[in-house]
Amino acid sequence: MTQGILRQILDYSSRANPYPLYEELRKTPVFHDGDGPYVVSTYHEIKGLLHDPRISSDARNLTPTAGDPLSQADEGGSEVLPPSFLKLDPPDHDRLRRMTNRPFGPPHSPRRVEQMRGELGGIVTGLIDTIAAKGDPNRIDLVEEFSYPFPVTVICRLLGVPPEDEARFHVWADTLAASLDPDPDADPAERAKKTEGARMELGMYLAGLIEERRKNPTGDMLSELATGQGPDGTMSTMEVLSTAALLLIAGHETTVNLITNGMLTLLRNPEHLDRLRSDPDVAVPMVEELLRFEPPVQLLPQRSTLTDIEVAGVTIPKGSSLWLILASGNRDPKRFEDPDRFDPDRPDVQHLGLGSGIHSCFGAPLARLEAALALSELARRLENPRLLEDPPPYRQNAVLRGPRHLPVAVDGIRAA
Amino acid sequence: MNGDGALEQLKREGRIVVVGASLAGLRAAETLREKGFAGELTMIGDEPYEPYDRPPLSKQVLLGMATADGTALPRRRDIDAKWRLGVPASGLDMAARRVRMADGDEVEYDRLLIATGVRARAWPNPDEAALDGVFVLRTRGDAAALERALAAGPGRVLVIGAGFTGSEIASACRERGLAVTVAERADAPLVGALGGVIGAVAAEMHRENGVDLRTGIMVTSLEGDSSGRVRAAHLSDGTTLEAEVVVVSLGAQRNTEWLTGSGLGAGPRGIACDAGCRAFDIWGIVTDDIYVAGDVARSPHALFGYQFLSLEHWGNAVAQAETAAHNMLSRSADRRPHLWVPAFWSSQFGVNIKSVGVPSMGTEIVITQGSRAERRFVGVYGYQGRVIGAVTFDQCRWLDFYEQQIERTAPFPPPYPTVDRRPEGERPLDADFPDPSVPTHGPTITLSGYSPADRRMTFTPAHN
Repeated sequence: MTQGILRQILDYSSRANPYPLYEELRKTPVFHDGDGPYVVSTYHEIKGLLHDPRISSDARNLTPTAGDPLSQADEGGSEVLPPSFLKLDPPDHDRLRRMTNRPFGPPHSPRRVEQMRGELGGIVTGLIDTIAAKGDPNRIDLVEEFSYPFPVTVICRLLGVPPEDEARFHVWADTLAASLDPDPDADPAERAKKTEGARMELGMYLAGLIEERRKNPTGDMLSELATGQGPDGTMSTMEVLSTAALLLIAGHETTVNLITNGMLTLLRNPEHLDRLRSDPDVAVPMVEELLRFEPPVQLLPQRSTLTDIEVAGVTIPKGSSLWLILASGNRDPKRFEDPDRFDPDRPDVQHLGLGSGIHSCFGAPLARLEAALALSELARRLENPRLLEDPPPYRQNAVLRGPRHLPVAVDGIRAA
Repeated sequence: MNGDGALEQLKREGRIVVVGASLAGLRAAETLREKGFAGELTMIGDEPYEPYDRPPLSKQVLLGMATADGTALPRRRDIDAKWRLGVPASGLDMAARRVRMADGDEVEYDRLLIATGVRARAWPNPDEAALDGVFVLRTRGDAAALERALAAGPGRVLVIGAGFTGSEIASACRERGLAVTVAERADAPLVGALGGVIGAVAAEMHRENGVDLRTGIMVTSLEGDSSGRVRAAHLSDGTTLEAEVVVVSLGAQRNTEWLTGSGLGAGPRGIACDAGCRAFDIWGIVTDDIYVAGDVARSPHALFGYQFLSLEHWGNAVAQAETAAHNMLSRSADRRPHLWVPAFWSSQFGVNIKSVGVPSMGTEIVITQGSRAERRFVGVYGYQGRVIGAVTFDQCRWLDFYEQQIERTAPFPPPYPTVDRRPEGERPLDADFPDPSVPTHGPTITLSGYSPADRRMTFTPAHN
C-alpha cells in the first residue's frame, strides 16, 4: 500500500493536495522503503526528533545513501560559501545563530522587527497600489504582483541593500529561488550554470557591501553582522556572506508561500476572509493556523542519525537520512482535533510549521508580521476577490510547496 | 441518591471554596468552570490583589523594567467567583465543612481546594528583621519595596542565601550597577537544587559579574543604626560587612499554620495528599472533599519511587490545580493522577537555567552537551543507573528530549553520542549534593521519602 508513496509525494501531480498521502503515511509513523530515507510523519515523533541531540543537521554525518531524491541542498547549497547555521550542529550552529540574532531579536535587539511594521505596511500599500494602477482587475497574479516581490523588498531593507540596488537584488533572488524549484523540462547543466552565476554575483555584491559597511556602519543588519562585537567575537566575511545568503533564501521563498497559501485558503473559506476584513486583529491567530494548515516548509529532508535510535518501535540505524514531514505532523489527528479543518480559533496551536528545537525558524517573527500585514491588507483592499483557478498551478518543489501563480479576479481595489 | 446524582448536584448547585488566590487557585477555578461547575465559587486570598504572577518579581520588576502591580495573571476565562480578598483563612472545621476567616466570618463548602502556597522565610531575629532596609521577596508588595530601595542607589546590598531567588536578586543588583555581597552557608550557590558541580559554575557566574560571593559562611546578626536602619551584618568568620539593603533569601515556608488542630495532615512540609490531590488527614486517611494544589501540596510521584514531592514550581502549580479541579468534579474511576514531571527555570546573569526531573535525587552528573566553561551545556543527573534529572544553561531547547529520557527511566550514563559532546562530558562526576542529614535552606524540592504504603507516616504539627 505504501510502496512508492514517497515517489507519489514528490510527484508533481500530488502537489496541489498532498494531504491524503500524508494521511496514508501516518499509518506507518516511521516509514522506510528499501534504501531510501526514514520518513517520520506523526506529530509527537517529529517533535521528539526535533529536540533529540542524537539527530544531526550537518550533512557530513550522513552516510551517503542512494535513492534519497532530496539529498540536494534546499537553501541552494554551494561550494562557494561555507555552510550556514541551518546546516551546522552545535557548537558552531549556536555561535553563528547567536551572533546573527544579536542585531535581529531579543535580548540585544528586542524591537528590530516591530520597528519595521510601518515600513512593511508601506511596502504592502505600494504593491497593492501598483496592482490597482496598472493591473487588469479580471486577472491578477497575486504571486507575481504581490507575494513574490514583497519579501525580497523586505529583506533588502532589513539587510540594508541600497534602494538603487534593489532591482539587481531581485533578479539574483529570483534566479536562486528558481533553483529551488527544479523544473524537469529545463536543462540541468544550463540551470546550474545560471544559478552558480547568480550566486557568484550576489556574493561579490554582498562582499563589496560588507566592506563598505565595515568602513561606514549604518546600523542596518549587514553593518551589525559585519562589525558587531559580542562575547562570540566578530563574524568573518565568509560567515557574514553565508548568513546573509541564508537570510535571503530561507526568508524569501517561505514567506512567498506563506502569503500565497494564506490567500488561497482564505479564498476557499470566504467567511474567514470576511472576518479578516472586518477585524484585522484576527490576522495573528489566522497566520498561526495557516502555519499549521498549509505550512510553506512541508518537510525537513536534511537530518541524520548520529547513532542507532528507536522511534515508534523502529530502529533507525546510525548515519540514516531522516525526513521529517512537518505538514503531516500538523494534520495528525492524535494531536489536533479535526485537523483538516481550517480554524483560526483553534486553541493550543503548537504546530510544526516553523519547526521546533534549536533550528526552529530564525525569521519567524518577521515572517509572522509580514504575513499578518499582507493578508489583512489584501482582505481589506481587494473587492470581492475570486479564485480563477482552483487548484492553481503549483511550483515543482515538494519541500517548499506553494502555488507558482495565484490568478484572481476582483471587482476593484479599494483606496489605501 | 446514587453517586452520580450527587456529583451532578454538586456541579449544578454545589459550593466550592478555594483558599489561596494565586496561580494554583486561579487556574483551578478556571478549570472548575471549564468542566461545567455552575454552583457557587468562593475565592479566599490573604492579599488584597487579584491573582498575580511571581516569576517577574525577582527579574523584570527588580530591574525596573516592569512594575510590581503590572503582573496580574491573564485570565483563561471568566470564573464568576465571589472574591474574599485581603482576609486570610484562619481555620478549618472538617466535620462541619466550614472555613473560618480571620475576620470571624465562616464560609461553608461542599468541596474545598487548598492552595495557600508558601511565604518567604523570615529572618529569625524579629527585631533585626524589622530594621529599615531589610527585605524578603515573595509578594508584589515585597518586590515593589525592594525595587524602590534598589532604585535609590544603596552603597551595598547584602543578599543572604544563594538559592534561585537570591541569585536572581544578586544578578538584578549587578545589572543595576549596585555593589552586592552574597552570603551563602553552602560552598556554592544553587547547591541544594543542583549540586556542587553545577554550583561551581554558578559561583563563577557570580564572581565574573562582580558579585562579592562569600560561601561557607553565615550571617549571624544584623545591626541597625540609631534611626532603626540596617547598617551592617556580622558574619560567622568574625567580619562585619556594611550594607544599606539586606535581602533575606532563605527559602520558603508553607502556609499551613491556619490548619493546625483541624485534623488535616498539614505541617511544615506541606499538606500531604494522594496523587489525585485529595488531602490526607493526620491519620493518613484520604479525605473525599478536600483537595490540595500548588506549592503547599505534597504528593507521591510514581516516577520518583512514590516519594512525596513538594514543588515550588510555576508549572506544577498550574498542572496540579487542573488535576485537582478535574478530580473534584469526577467519579472515582474518572479521576486522574498528577504525574507532572518537575520542571523549573531561572534567569540570572544573562543565562537561562532550566531543569527537569529531580536533580537533587541524583548522585552523579554527566555533561552530555556543550561545556561548563562556556556556560552553555546540558547536565544529566543519574540515580542508581537511570536518568533522574537534567539541567540546562542556555540550552533549554533540548529539555523535551531529556524529559522523555527521565520518563522512560533511560540508563545512566547515557550511552549515545550527541551533537555537542565534548571530551569533558565523557565521564560522570559525583554530583556533589550536600549531606541530606545536614539542614540547609532553600532547595526547591524537598523529598521526604515515605511510600504510600508506609503506615509509619509521622505528623509534625510544630512549625520551625
